[in-house]
This record gives sequence, structure tokens and C-alpha cells, in this order.
Amino acid sequence: MEKAGIPATHICTVTPISKTVGAARIFGAQAIPYPTGDPNLSREKEMARRREIVMGALQLLTEGNRSVSGESNAVFTD
Amino acid sequence: MKKILFYTNQFFGQIGGEDMAYTEPQIFEGMHGSANTFGPHFKDVAEIVATIVCGDNFYAENMETGEAFVRQQIEKYQPDILIAGPAFNAGRFGIACGDVCKTAKAMGVEAITGLYEENPAVDMYKKDVYILKVGKSAAGIRKAVPLMANFAKKLLSGEKLGSPKAEQYYAKGQRVNIFCEKNGAERAVDMLLAKINGQPYETELEISTYDKVEPSAPIADLSKAKIALCTSGGIVPMGNPDHMVAATAKFWKAYELGDAERLEPGQWESVHAGFDPVYANEDPNRVAPYDMLKMLEKEGIIGSVYPVLCSTTGNSTSVADATRMGQEIAGRLVSAGVHGVILTST
Amino acid sequence: MELELRSIQIRDVVLGEKNSLIDGVLTVDEAGLKNLILEDPRITAVKVDLAKPGDSCRILPVKDVIEPRAKLEGDIFPGVFGTEVPVCGNGITYALKGCAVVTTGPIVGFQEGLIDMSGPAAQYTLFSKLNNVVLHLTKREDVDPHEHEEVVRLAGLKAARWLGEIGLTCTDYESAIYSWPTLAQRVAQYPELPKVVYVCNCMAQGLLHDTYFYGRDAKQLVPTVVSPTEFFDGAVISGNCVSPGSKTTTYHHLNNAVINALWAHHGKDLNFVGIILNPLMVTLKEKQRDIMMTVRIATEELGADAAIISQEGFGNPTTDLMHVCRGLEQHGVKTVIITNEDAGTDGMSESLPDVVTEANAIISTGNSNATILLPKMDRVLGELKEIERVTGGNVDSIKSDGTLLVEIHGIMGGHNLQGNTYLSATTI
Repeated sequence: MEKAGIPATHICTVTPISKTVGAARIFGAQAIPYPTGDPNLSREKEMARRREIVMGALQLLTEGNRSVSGESNAVFTD
Repeated sequence: MKKILFYTNQFFGQIGGEDMAYTEPQIFEGMHGSANTFGPHFKDVAEIVATIVCGDNFYAENMETGEAFVRQQIEKYQPDILIAGPAFNAGRFGIACGDVCKTAKAMGVEAITGLYEENPAVDMYKKDVYILKVGKSAAGIRKAVPLMANFAKKLLSGEKLGSPKAEQYYAKGQRVNIFCEKNGAERAVDMLLAKINGQPYETELEISTYDKVEPSAPIADLSKAKIALCTSGGIVPMGNPDHMVAATAKFWKAYELGDAERLEPGQWESVHAGFDPVYANEDPNRVAPYDMLKMLEKEGIIGSVYPVLCSTTGNSTSVADATRMGQEIAGRLVSAGVHGVILTST
Repeated sequence: MELELRSIQIRDVVLGEKNSLIDGVLTVDEAGLKNLILEDPRITAVKVDLAKPGDSCRILPVKDVIEPRAKLEGDIFPGVFGTEVPVCGNGITYALKGCAVVTTGPIVGFQEGLIDMSGPAAQYTLFSKLNNVVLHLTKREDVDPHEHEEVVRLAGLKAARWLGEIGLTCTDYESAIYSWPTLAQRVAQYPELPKVVYVCNCMAQGLLHDTYFYGRDAKQLVPTVVSPTEFFDGAVISGNCVSPGSKTTTYHHLNNAVINALWAHHGKDLNFVGIILNPLMVTLKEKQRDIMMTVRIATEELGADAAIISQEGFGNPTTDLMHVCRGLEQHGVKTVIITNEDAGTDGMSESLPDVVTEANAIISTGNSNATILLPKMDRVLGELKEIERVTGGNVDSIKSDGTLLVEIHGIMGGHNLQGNTYLSATTI
């Protein structure tokens, strides 16, 4: 997609793999079975977490450089 | 006796030098030119039934004619193997050898050639045919002939081939499964002891290297951008009507979402075998956050959401398949006027 | 610790009316076995079949394979059955070699696999060479997927213990003594030999991606030091997890190939000083914690000079594998890793999704994407149609002539990442 001229952010949990294979924009996800959610959270907190991840990923689309973010985000707990 | 068809150029075919490089392909019965140096190595095993000679320029500029000529000779002589060259570091001759061998392989006939490592034909043809490692110039012919002849004899007899290193051919880069004498754990201990004791050992797998993707131009204004959602989390409509696979996917699907505000629980499921799908099945937006993108669209943070989910299973998928699918998806998104992509994976 | 492992060779298994073991022939009380399984009210039906080497027989979808074992005193599979301290890994354990309990039945998830008792797939897995007691289990309708997995896991373990107990009175066994004194004593025993640590990666990621340690979920585990004899007594059991080819079944854990290979050299050219069970988790932070802990325990607690890491699964676990390898090498620990490859059907793709340059000694258990055409079998135990949904299969797997085209991924234990397979791959 990047080669076709469309910026694309990869939301993934295991960011080391994404870095190894050379992705241009990487944002850290919550967990492998639920990258943009968390069944252990209340509905409100889960949506807040989803917003944080998606907003972070969108933000990377507006940046010009190779970028990695979101790996050390605080994990909400109930 | 097995039958060998030989291919060489105007120089080694004793027709002439560079001035004869436009010589059209011709066939000689039996051994001709440098084929004579190979002949004795096949005593009692095989014979060179005919020799094709073609000018380097002619082949390079008329490849289809050259290929057709080779095909005719293969049909006529029904060889068990074709030997081309060796072409050393000669560029046009090397490409001709590679192409002649590839033509033979396409007809089910084994074919080999010999090239110097810097010959551009090595990278062009090593995936298709066996290319033996030979010297830079014709001075290397004394070593090249027995190397190629012995390798050809192995192919003819069906004898088990050694590694590319042992056989001195350029590796095709293809991983093939083999069975070993010892199990993996025993081999691991053997390798460990060699490593501890500073003895040589050979890793069974060289690590892969990947290119870095250069970021494309960023989005200037998100609030005007059309954003698409893609996932390799195996999210498909409930019941998996397209038979998306649990692993090793070779295709992707575009699911039209119309006016939907989210991926409705109960209407979607994950068929990915690489993770516990229970939570994604409870709420598919945990893997493909379409609900959040729609919310951000309403809030004006992003311009619009492309109402299609591009989905595949990213589990043991080969890089080649993933690359192809990425290109296909990008093609669709470009034509849909998408400005940016959120891609989730599990 | 000291364990005497008494191995009894089973050359045939038959179904009968009374349990017995005479002259290598194991007779199984079929009704008794069924009653045992049906003690769990969540199981509504059980069918018992035999599948023997050379049979034209296919078992699918297989959940777990377990070697029958029992202890003379106390319980095998500690935490599942017994809680006596410190019985596990000590005393006398009986193992019935050459046979296994195989669990099948309606599918729990896409990770279940195939065993052929003859034909080309039989070359890939040791399970084709065993006399298998196949349990076809049907759950009660209201049992959800996680509980379904638990039901079949426990049924398999119960059956394996029950069959193992038949061996307890047998006197025709081969004895092996595994002595595992304290770490200080082990180090002092062979001070001149290089100290080798084994890191056993195990999946801890949810339904059909789990491992159980003393019967409990490894998701709640941090990297833990385990003795070889605990493995032999079933302290580590499979949650029927991960794709069939790279699955570590309970059978594999009981017969851990790396432990056996290291033991064969122990005291000769290396000093086997310890095992770390390393759970592979679902979040990056947990992965990072476990990598840090594993490297620290190996180096600063066990004093490793060298290490072998075995793998389970592929994809995200490759990161755990690579980064433990990097951490160990950076501490001067000479490391060999065992992994499979996903090089594509044609073998032309990159083999691993994550790499570190320190991974310079790799044992490959083969390219799991390679396909294999399997002949039609006279008998199918389980549900053949499930091949369309499991790893390694697809909707076109079943050919019109009854043959089956699958990736070797689909074969149970086909490229076992504890190295309990002869398969490898090479570049041509």
C-alpha cells in the first residue's frame, strides 16, 4: 500500500515482527486475540482503549517519517 | 544409453568469432565443437546425439526463433538431458544458455549450464535450471567440463544430489523438505556441541532478510481523508461463505459494509487458526475496529470511511502470497480513492 | 530428585472385557473405559476404536495424543489428579511404549490435525507408528468451546492414566534411572563440562493455544525451572494447542526429545543443568517480561554456557524465540534454536517472520507449507469433512477420487518443534 502511494499503519501486538519485515508505520496493539479491544475491560474502558489505538494509528498516517508508536501505552485495568 | 543434446555458440561451435555472432541456429549430428570435450566423460553412460550452434547476437535478438529451434530439436532427438555452454562470464551467451535450458525444462527435459558468478544470467535463470559454478573465462574449461559432466551423470542416473555447495551449483533459493538420519533434537545437541567447541557447523536455515518499506507521502488533513480498514485477522461473515482458510491464505476478500456502523456481533466471525477466536467472535471490532472509524467519521476527525472491509487470514502465509495480496488490495484502494489505511493483524 | 522410569513395550492392543497385559499384548476393557469417560456428565457419548501401524486408517480431527503412564505410588499428571508433595518427578513411573490414547470427535477449533496409519503421511509423524486407542468424544450441547477443550483434555488424561495402571503389575520392563540432585550438586558433579540449559517454549494464548503446568493454565505462569523427571511424570500437558504440525502434544511433553537428547550426552560432553519452561504470551509486555526472566534465570541462576531453545507454534512465537536467543547470545551463551519454516507452498518465500542476527545455529523441522497428496483410507475415525476447516486444509482438500491434498502442517506432530521428527529442509 505504501508502495502504491497510500500511507498505511500496521496495528499489531508483536511489533518486532512488523519492524523486521520493514513496515513503515507501526502502532502497538492491545493483545494478539484482540488487537483493538480487551474483553477484560468494562465496555466504556474498552472503547476508550480502542479509540486510543485507532487515533494513534491515524496520527502516524499524517507523519512523513518511518515511525513506531504505541508500544508502551498504559494498559487499562478494571 | 541416455541421450544428450548439446548447445553452444558460434565461437565454441567453431564457426567464427564476433563477426559470426549473427549466425542462425543450426544443428550438427553428434558432437561438434566444444561438445567434443564433454563426450569422453559420458563413456558407456550417454552419448551426445546432436549439437545446436547459434550465434550469440542472433539468439539474444531473436529469442523466440531460438527457442522454437531448440524445441524442434528436442522433439526430434528426444534427449534425456540438455547441456548448454559453459558460458563463463559471457553475457549474451549466458542468457542464451539459460533460456535454452529453461525451454528444455518447460518440455520436461532436464537441462544444465555453467556460468561465472557475475554473469547476469545467473540471477535470471538460477530459479529455473541448474547452473554450475565455473570460471570467468574459457581458461576455466578444464575444470568446468568434468564438473558439469559429473553433475549431468547424477541427474541421468537419478542419484541423490548433494547440497548446492557440495555440487557447486547456484542455489535456486528454494526450501525443500528432507528426512534426516537423526531427529531434530539430536541434531540440535550435535550442533550445540560443535558451537561450544568452536568446531565448524552449518545452520540448517540462514535467517531471512527483508527490505524496509519507504513511507509514502503523509496525509495532510485527516478530516478530509478517506480511510480504509484492512485486517489479516481472518474476519469473515458468519458461516464463512467464501471458505476463507484457517492458515496459509492465498486470497483476500472485500466485504461491502454499506451503511453499517460497526461489525455486528453474531454476523461476523474469525476463522484464523493462530489465536483464540472467542473474543473476536463476541465483538469483531476487537480485531477490525470499524465501529471506531465510523465514530471518528461522525465526529469529523476523519473525512470518511471506505465502506469495505478487506480481509484475509495472516497465519503461516508466505511472504510471496502476502506481497501479492497487498498489491491487489492496494490496487482496489487506489481506484476507490482511499487516502490512508488502518491495517490490523493478530 | 530421582525417578525410575519403567518402560514396557506394547506390541499389540486389543479390545476385550478385562484389562490385562500379557506378553506385550494390552487388552483393554472397552466397557470399563467407556464408563470411565462417561463419568464426566459433559460427555454424552464415547466410541472406542483401535488404529494400528499399517492400517488403512485416518484419524481426524485429532485433539491430543497421550502415552499411557502411571506411578507406583501417587499420581501421574500431578495437579490434574494428585497433589501429594513431593511425588511428582520422584519414585517409580511406568510407561506403556508403542501405544497411545488419541482423542477425536466433533471439532473444537481449527488447530486439530490428522494422523494416517499408513501411506506417505505416516513417514512424517511418530504417531503413525503407535498402536492407538482412539476415543471419539461427543460433548453435551450446552458445553462452550473453552469447556469443550477441557472436557476432551481431561478425558484423554484419565484414559491414559487408567491404561497406564494396567502396567503396574507387569515385570517385563526396561528400567532407566534419572537422578536429578540439587543444582549445586549437579554443577559440582561435572565441573569441567559446559553447562547446558534447555529453554522449552510453550504456548499460553487461549483456546487451543494453551499449555497446562501441574494441571493449571500456563497463561498464569512466569518462566519456571522444571526438572526432566517432572516432564516424564506429566507436569506439563498440552492444551491441545496450535496447528497440528507444530503442536506439542502431551505425548511429546512426556517424551520430550530435547531432554532425551541432552540426557544421552549428560556427564559425557556436557552438563545438563536445567530446564526453563517459558510461556509464550499474547501481549508484547508479557513477552518482554518472559524474555527478560528466561535469559536471567538461564544465565544468572543456572549459569548456562550453552542453551537449546525449542519452539511451539510460529508467527508471534518466533519473536519470543528470537529474542530469547539474542539475550542468551549477548550473555555469551552459545545457543541453538529449533523451529519450523513457512516458506510457501513452493518453498520460495522467506522462512521466518522475525529474525535476529544472533540466530546463527538453527535446526529446521521443515517447511510446513509444503503440500502432500494422501491416498483415500478404508477407515476414517472422526470426521473427515473437518479437513476443510483445519490448519493445512481448505475447501478443496478432499478430491473427487477420495484423495486428500493437505499441507504438512495438517499432520499431527509432522514437524514437531521439540525436534521429535526427522523432517528438515534444505536450500536447493
